[in-house]
Amino acid sequence: MKFFYSLIKKVSYSLLLLLAVIVLNFLLLHIAPGDPVETLVAEMGGATPELIAQLRSDYGLDKSFPHQLLNYILRMAKGDLGMSFTYDQPVVKLIMGRLAATMILVLTALMLAVFLGTILGIMAAQKPKSFFSGFVTLISLAGYSAPVFWTGIMLLILFSYLVPIFPSFGMYEVGSSGNMLSYFLDVLHHLVLPALTLASIYLAVYSRIARASMMDVLGSDYIRTARSKGLSERVVVYKHALKNAVLPVITMAGLQFSQLIAGAVVVETVFSWPGMGQMAFEAILRRDHTLLLGILFFSTLIVIVVNLLTDMSYRLLDPRIK
Amino acid sequence: MADDVKMNEIAAPSRRFLEAWYMFASNKAALLGLGLGILIAGVTIFGPMIYPTDPFEMVGAPMSPPGEELLLGTDFLGRDILAGIVYGARTTVLVGFAATFFTLVIGILIGVLAGFYGGWVENLLMRVTEFFQVLPALLLAMVLVALFSPSLYTIIFAIGVVSWTPVARLTRAEFLKIKEREFVMAERAIGATNWSIMWKVMLPNAAPPLIVAATLGVGVAILFEAALSFLGLGDPNAFSWGYMIGASRDFIWDTWWAVTFPGLAIFVTVLSISLIGDGLNDALNPKLRLVK
Repeated sequence: MKFFYSLIKKVSYSLLLLLAVIVLNFLLLHIAPGDPVETLVAEMGGATPELIAQLRSDYGLDKSFPHQLLNYILRMAKGDLGMSFTYDQPVVKLIMGRLAATMILVLTALMLAVFLGTILGIMAAQKPKSFFSGFVTLISLAGYSAPVFWTGIMLLILFSYLVPIFPSFGMYEVGSSGNMLSYFLDVLHHLVLPALTLASIYLAVYSRIARASMMDVLGSDYIRTARSKGLSERVVVYKHALKNAVLPVITMAGLQFSQLIAGAVVVETVFSWPGMGQMAFEAILRRDHTLLLGILFFSTLIVIVVNLLTDMSYRLLDPRIK
Repeated sequence: MADDVKMNEIAAPSRRFLEAWYMFASNKAALLGLGLGILIAGVTIFGPMIYPTDPFEMVGAPMSPPGEELLLGTDFLGRDILAGIVYGARTTVLVGFAATFFTLVIGILIGVLAGFYGGWVENLLMRVTEFFQVLPALLLAMVLVALFSPSLYTIIFAIGVVSWTPVARLTRAEFLKIKEREFVMAERAIGATNWSIMWKVMLPNAAPPLIVAATLGVGVAILFEAALSFLGLGDPNAFSWGYMIGASRDFIWDTWWAVTFPGLAIFVTVLSISLIGDGLNDALNPKLRLVK
């Protein structure tokens, strides 16, 4: 019952956040120089004043500010994010066509970063003064300091040009028509470099957190007890300590999900990965503000949903959180 | 331990500074960062005087490799890569510091008000903070710069708007920690105004972690600027490293040097700042260092 209550509370809070995002979108459209009609008229190469007035009333731009805001919220609530004038298609449809590609990239990178980061962090924590530990600190600093698009380009030069083992762009071979398995392998082959690039920044962060929390846990009483029972180092580390050391990493991963989505924009642009981020880049080039704001709204929606899911699973898993 | 802390509190500022400096100077990585930082500062200030080639000008054959005509080669338009790196340093440093300053102003203001007043003020401000945390930072920055047309001002503004939340949370947390301490109570008892307690008593005492956050923030701001100009949202009149990489993006096979060297410049700059930030963290929070 308590769980149910907190669920309702959390969901309504998320809805409130969503409403705030819609209002922000509206304000941005409103404050930004030039309105949709001006853009449209510029696209058409000029129009008569009567036509402009007609378009203004069609778009509801002649109404009062609160009226327009209310209309906008109602429209968004119905799932209508407007029309993209450069693609001549509804924004929702365009985003849906790109959603899967982005999610595949983001989730693979997330898992890669959490998994590799935790492993590296734990290994470094076991021998804090060793060469290996210093090496992990070094790559974590490097991963944090290198701009992600540059990391991607360097990987492209190395593994797509000098040693051509991975494709340089896209998500699958053009015109490939095989069975499910070969399609899957094809996508996987294209996924390696973009996913590694996106994972590289977060790998740095997670290995640092895992190292710190593992060192913390290894110094605690219950680990000393486990050791004094005569358990092997392996059992102590991977069975007893891991569970508690990995929690901060997962917390961080949940918190940083919005950064991961944003990072995908750059990575998709570098690797021509056909996701939302690449479309955002195209929207900027074509000055398609409706589409760009639609992508901002949708990405935020994903983040809010992920945060909600993380929070709820925490409540289920950890009885200490009330 | 308790005595140590007391000593630290009443120690003269110059002694505290000296102690921190010794701690910082005994850290090799931090010194390396400082050395690189001084080098970059030198390039920023004196570079264009020593190497006055215009980065926008076509000065050599297009796509000439490093060492052939020019030290670092030319891009697909025949522009000098080294000149671009020398001039780009100014944009990078300017945006890095200005955006961090703006970030600190927003973050500290919100954090101080929330931490000091508590109650509904804190509640409201923290909800606003959470709202900004949900928005994907780079995407929001892209939207802001694209809507208000790219210039150094809009870029600095956009970076500030998307990156103040950690500063606000940190300031608030520090304020909550020291709110009930004796020296704040003492100020209240002698009738100091809220305003002077907030800014003259509490903020200086919350400064060490904020200095670290501000240092690391410069690195984050530089990476944001690089990503924005890479995506074609840089100031068209200011030459920047991110722009150079973005411009040569379609020629990475033919002119690897045109994308590699500017990226290396960004990397070294941010690395130097990260090393300095880590060093400051160890030097300014000796208690944390002991725990580690």
